[in-house]
Order: sequence, then structure tokens, then C-alpha cells
Amino acid sequence: MSTAVSTEMRKFFSTRLWWVLLLIMAGYMAFLAAVLAFSITQTPQEVQGDKIDVVRSIYTVATSLGYVFPAIVGTLAVTSEFRHRTIVPTLLTDPSRTRLITAKMIAAAPIGLLFGIVGTIACIGAGAGTFALTDVDPLLGSPEVWRSAALSVVALTVWSIVGVGLGAMLPNQVASLVTLLAFTQFVEPVARMALPAVLDDAGSRIASFLPGAAGEAMTGASLFNALSMGGILEWWQGALVLVGYALLFAAVGRATTFRRDIG
Amino acid sequence: MTPGTSITVRGLTRRFGQVLAVDDLSFDVAPGRVTGFLGPNGAGKTTTLRMILGLARPDAGTATIGGRAYTDIPQPAREVGAVLEASSFHPGRTAIQHLLLFAPAAGATRARCDELLSLVGLTDAANRRVGGFSLGMRQRLGLATALLGDPQVLILDEPTNGLDPGGIVWLRSFLRGFAADGRTILVSSHVLSEVQQSVDDVVVLARGRMVHASPLSDLADLATPAVHVSSPDAAGLARLVATHGWSATPGNPADGGRTSVALLGTTASAVGAAAHAANLELHELRGETPGLEHVFLSLVGEAPPLERRVPAPTTHQEDRS
Repeated sequence: MSTAVSTEMRKFFSTRLWWVLLLIMAGYMAFLAAVLAFSITQTPQEVQGDKIDVVRSIYTVATSLGYVFPAIVGTLAVTSEFRHRTIVPTLLTDPSRTRLITAKMIAAAPIGLLFGIVGTIACIGAGAGTFALTDVDPLLGSPEVWRSAALSVVALTVWSIVGVGLGAMLPNQVASLVTLLAFTQFVEPVARMALPAVLDDAGSRIASFLPGAAGEAMTGASLFNALSMGGILEWWQGALVLVGYALLFAAVGRATTFRRDIG
Repeated sequence: MTPGTSITVRGLTRRFGQVLAVDDLSFDVAPGRVTGFLGPNGAGKTTTLRMILGLARPDAGTATIGGRAYTDIPQPAREVGAVLEASSFHPGRTAIQHLLLFAPAAGATRARCDELLSLVGLTDAANRRVGGFSLGMRQRLGLATALLGDPQVLILDEPTNGLDPGGIVWLRSFLRGFAADGRTILVSSHVLSEVQQSVDDVVVLARGRMVHASPLSDLADLATPAVHVSSPDAAGLARLVATHGWSATPGNPADGGRTSVALLGTTASAVGAAAHAANLELHELRGETPGLEHVFLSLVGEAPPLERRVPAPTTHQEDRS
């Protein structure tokens, strides 16, 4: 298994994709955090609500809006094997398909961790920098802020594993990327706004189990909730829900894609 | 030398919807020889190879390598090398990166990777991205990948695709040397002539069924000589053919006033003597033995069936449907 995991890690680092995506994520997260931080400083004091919650939701914006990056990386780890047919030499070298999916999920964790650290540092750097420039306390001394940041890193790590599961379930690269982008950027945000509006508490409850909401729940600081949309789980519940999605997708992928003929 | 490893296929069957892609296929691939796996496109060759390699699941039957199913071999890359298609590479990786990726699982070192690139003539392209490789270069890199684990068995699907003539000659001598070590080679092709100079045995497949399996030399025995005759006197020629009981097939289309036929199971001298005795004017009299390619095409049903000389060699004739 350790050979399989290290092979999967080397697959990832042997193409240019990883640092291109990492740079885009860092830039995008820094931009979002700076814009959000700036707009907060321009908002009248009384509308800001609990200041520490606002600051935390800006420092963890990678978990609210940037989780698609580690998810893409995880998805591509599976779909690019099918797209470029490297799945053939991969399975010829080690025919165990369960071991392959497991190795990919394990290998995705350190890669997701890298994306989580870089994405979160970008948010904190740009957010705190903007606060400092506008004479607002960036609250960097608060342990609560750092706890949220650390959990944001963990949530982004789990997202890369969810991506592997999605890729196993939908091995067609275009289909899985379109699904991922459509769901995370459109379907889930709309559902999280619409469900509570339509179904009240029940809707909030359902919305809190959506994967994006679960990831946000892990940080304890929800941007969506700061904008008063839907409910949110406890951090550990969020972690369990997100890991559950990863395992469910992987199991479905093992029972469908990886049970079929390959090549 | 280790005792050779055989590939054994028994009753292998695979259906895709209504199509029986592989139908009750049984054959053996012996060590120390190069076995050509021949058949037209769509005959089921690749499906069979995928089942042997554990990539596809048979509906019935078994395929084993050295007595074990591929998926039961603990480190299969050290025992079996296979190239199924010339495009199994990430275009963003370099040739050496690609080899290094699969090297640990095959027990190969960096030095072995360099050695293999040199063997297949890709040393100069080692640090180039595969995306810019020609089909022939991909074939070579695929072969290098298959050889990482120094396997006893090599399975190649259409390896000559995209190779230039020099590459084909090189591959031929490589395969010969590999088999001379007592190792086992199964190489598929849809063109007999491409592998005819490198194979010892042939297994011929058509529409999922085996139509022939024998040493290559026995394939040549299936060729029936024919005599091409043309005459301006169509009635006279027909009479002559009928008198002697030759089996005739229409030859080249009638040219002007002449009629052409191809006669099987006789010789040019016998036909010439008979025509002379019958006072028949001949414009053409030519004996011809069809080539192996014609025999092959007849076996797979893409050329007129061959009339068998003497009783058909039934020992090598299985499942002729």
C-alpha cells in the first residue's frame, strides 16, 4: 500500500497542474479576503454583528468559497487517469482496484493539506493586511481565530478526498468537473438560500448537511451564516458529514466505475 | 534459465449486448516462441488480451499466465509486461517521469529506466514531454514501461502501429531475442505480413472465434496453387474444364473476346497439355501459389475460401464454423 500511495503522490507532483492550481487558489483567496475585509471596514459599526465572527469568516473564506480547488485536484487524480488512459498501466502494475482508490484517497490528504495551508494563509495574509491598512484590529492574537484557521485547513484537506470520491463516481473528466463546479458554485449556494426560505427549520436542517455547509461548519465560522443563510452543524458533525460524502462517493465509484471493464 | 511461463486460455467468452465479442476461445501460448495473435479489426483480439490481463471480466472461461490469473499474481509487473495501446501516457509527463512513476511497483531502479530508454532508442527524448511524441515514440515508451519489471511474458497489442520501417525491423529482432531467452511473447496484429517474419506460431481469430492455430509454417500448407488460364474460346474452355473436372473460379474479368478462369488443384503443365490435346487456343497460362496473406484473409473470411488440397490438416483446425 505504501508503494501505491507514494506512486499516487508522485503522479500528482509530476505534472504542472498542482502548482498552477495552487497559485490560482492563493491569488483568488487573497483577492476575496481583501475585498471582503475592505467592504466590512466600510460598513457602519452597528451592522457588523459580532466582530470576531466576521473576522473568522473572512480568514476561512477558502472553506466557504475556495474549497473547489482541493476538490478539483482530488477529482483530477482519478479522471485524468481515464482521460489519458494511464489507468491501463496503473492497473497492470497493481490490479487491485480497491487498493488504487484507497491509495488515491490517502495520497490526496497531504496534497489537500498543502492547498488548505496555502489557501488559508492567503486569506489571513490578505484579510489581516487589509484590516491593518484600514486601522481595524485583525484579531490575530485571538486563539479562536487560529482555531478556525486550523480547522479551515483540515476542511480543505477533506475536500480533496471528497474530490477523489467524486472522480471515482464520475470518471469522465468533463462530466465530473462540470458537476463539481455547477454544484459548488451554483446548486449548493442556491439550495442553502432557498431551502430555509421554503421549508423554514426543516430546510435549514437539510441545508446544513450539504457538503459545502458541512465544510464551513468545521471552521465554526460560516460566511453564509454571517449573511444569515441556513443553519450550521457543530464542527465535528461537519467533519463527519464531509468525510461521509468522501467515503460514500468512493464506495459508489468502486461499485460502478471500478467494477467495469477498463481500457 | 527459468522454466518458461505459458499463457493458457480456456473457453474464454465475452458478450457485449447482442454481440458475442469472444466466443469460447481456447489456445496456448508457449514459452520460447513468438506467438502471433491475428485477426481483422473487431475480431476480439484486444478484448481477449484485456481479459488475459484482468482489465476486463470474462462471461465464461479462464485465462491464466503460469497457472495463475493475472490479478492473482502478487507483483504482476515483474512477471508480465503488456502494452495495450500506444496512448497510455499523461501528455504533461516526460518519458523518464513516466517510467519512474511505475518503476517502484515493478522493482526497477532509476538506472534500469535509463537503460530501457536507451534500449528503445529514446535516450535523447528522456526529458521531453510525451505530449509531443509521435505514435512510434509512444510505442517505444510503452514497450519500455512493459519491460520495467524484466518480465518473463510480454503481451503486445498491435505494436507495429506507427513504427517506421526501421522500428519494425528493430522490434522484430527484439522479439526474437526475447523469445530466444525462453520467454513468452503474444503479439497481436491485424496484418499478417507485419509479424510474419517474427512469429513462430499463429492463433487466428475471426468474429470472436478461433479459426486457426498452428506453427506459422503449417499456415503456408493451407495455400492451394491455382492455374490462371484465358482463352478467346469461352465454350471450348468451359468444355475443357468440365471434361477434366477441374474446379474453376472466374478469373480476371473478361478482356475483349477472352474468357479467364482460375483452376484449382491442378498444374500449369497439366492444363497446357490438355488444351493442346483439345486443340484449344490459350492466351494465358500461369501457375500461382497464393501468399500467406491470402491464406490469412481466407481464414478470416475476407477473401474467397481456399479449396483445401488433400484432406484439411484437422490437427490444427479447430472450431471452424
